[in-house]
Amino acid sequence: MNLIKITFQDAASGARTVEVEPNGTVMEAAVLNNVAGIVAECGGGCSCATCHVHVDEQWIDRLPAPAPEEGDLVEFLDGAGPTSRLSCQLELTPQLDGLVVRTPHAQG
Amino acid sequence: MIDDSVRVAVVGAGHGGTTVAALLRQHGFGGPVTLVGAEPHPPYHRPPLSKSAGGALEPLRPEAFYAEQRIGLTLGATVRALDARESVLLLDDGSRLVSDVVVLALGARPRRLQVPGADLPGVHTLRTVDDARALTGELGPGRSLVVVGGGYIGLEIASTARRLGAEVTVVEVAERVLGRSAGAELADRLTARHRAQGTRILTGTAVAGLTPAPDGRVGAVVLDSGRSLPCDVVLVGIGAQPCDELARSAGLECDGGVLVDERGRTSAPGVWAVGDMTRRPLAGRSGRFRLESIPSAGEQAKQVVADLLGLPAPAPEVPWFWSDQFDLKLKIAGLVGLGETTVVRGDLDGGRFAVFHLDGAGRVVAVETVNSPGEFMAGKKWMAAGSVVRPDALADASAPLRESIVEGAT
Repeated sequence: MNLIKITFQDAASGARTVEVEPNGTVMEAAVLNNVAGIVAECGGGCSCATCHVHVDEQWIDRLPAPAPEEGDLVEFLDGAGPTSRLSCQLELTPQLDGLVVRTPHAQG
Repeated sequence: MIDDSVRVAVVGAGHGGTTVAALLRQHGFGGPVTLVGAEPHPPYHRPPLSKSAGGALEPLRPEAFYAEQRIGLTLGATVRALDARESVLLLDDGSRLVSDVVVLALGARPRRLQVPGADLPGVHTLRTVDDARALTGELGPGRSLVVVGGGYIGLEIASTARRLGAEVTVVEVAERVLGRSAGAELADRLTARHRAQGTRILTGTAVAGLTPAPDGRVGAVVLDSGRSLPCDVVLVGIGAQPCDELARSAGLECDGGVLVDERGRTSAPGVWAVGDMTRRPLAGRSGRFRLESIPSAGEQAKQVVADLLGLPAPAPEVPWFWSDQFDLKLKIAGLVGLGETTVVRGDLDGGRFAVFHLDGAGRVVAVETVNSPGEFMAGKKWMAAGSVVRPDALADASAPLRESIVEGAT
């Protein structure tokens, strides 16, 4: 299976691009590579909102819309913006090769 | 503040210990990191053990993670002794692990029932994946389970056991379930929901003893009224106690858990501690608290790594935890019990509601939510900001949450 690239931008540590298989989620790709700024306390259950990312504007429309539960969690999340998503809800596909997301200043 | 010549040993490979090791690397620490776990399994998620059947092992990190991150993983090893002055750990195979910094993350263990028959075969507690496999392997259609203790573990297992087709009775000594950690509104609705799913819940009921069946396994739970509940399997879920023996024998200050400060420092220089085994201060509250939750362990891991690496301290947290029972996703933030009044938003009997606990000034001090992630996040944010709410607006589920705020962050 061809690997895809995902770039995590972080204000403190700069940008980091990881190569992963196009399955699982953006959160899992971050955890596998110990990317700073993704906590994911609940392990991907859409419960904790500690895997928040700001999706690059060029990519936001290419992602499926959030389910109501994710939308509700993000609405009151500190530091959330118009392109905020929970990375545990973003399924990786070959079409997301090159995805760019920014990790927030703090999670939770 | 440590540099890369420092050797770090993390004792305990649960969520707290594993997070400490991972965060050290995330923040660029390059020195040796060793993670020592007593169980033979690689670090895994504990919450699913009570919430889903079968005892599947869900690793915290993929297998390749530890080698890639240069985290030495020593599994199946129990630490027998800690020389806090020299930062030397003595393992049960006789080997010594010499380090410069020790982080204790040993967790807690289930409290045992102190009644006759408590050690009979078929009597379980639940903490590890092996516990979960042993328990759920004994559940199924036609089997009869008695859960001793109506806390979160007990109710989650009751829900799981019903899904597996077992008959379930929960016995709780207090007058309602979740007495320590939930308000009456939530406890009553959960009780009703479990009963509607066919679970029998007996409150205000103490267990006098367990008696064997002819095959030698547990056969009945005897209540203090003398009544006997026949059963095939028993789960004891009556709380947990900190695994602080190592800390105590090493001379660290302990009082119902290892005492740490807001940076995770113990009374011994060179020794930090995180997670369920600690008692620690919480921002804005007096005293020290022993919180048993994943988010708490994660917060303390951040505190310790910030202290070790000289990073800014993490923002004060609002304690929270979650539970899943049937189709109910519970999320609770703050500490119930500090509130003077409650405001219910949503329909208590509709499977989707939030109970806000307010202090005398109208500030939110806790929020309990069922299938209401927006209310949970809002409540947590308002607690962090000290926001004052209007109870009447908050109680109106048709009005946007933000309109409830009188002052403070929305």
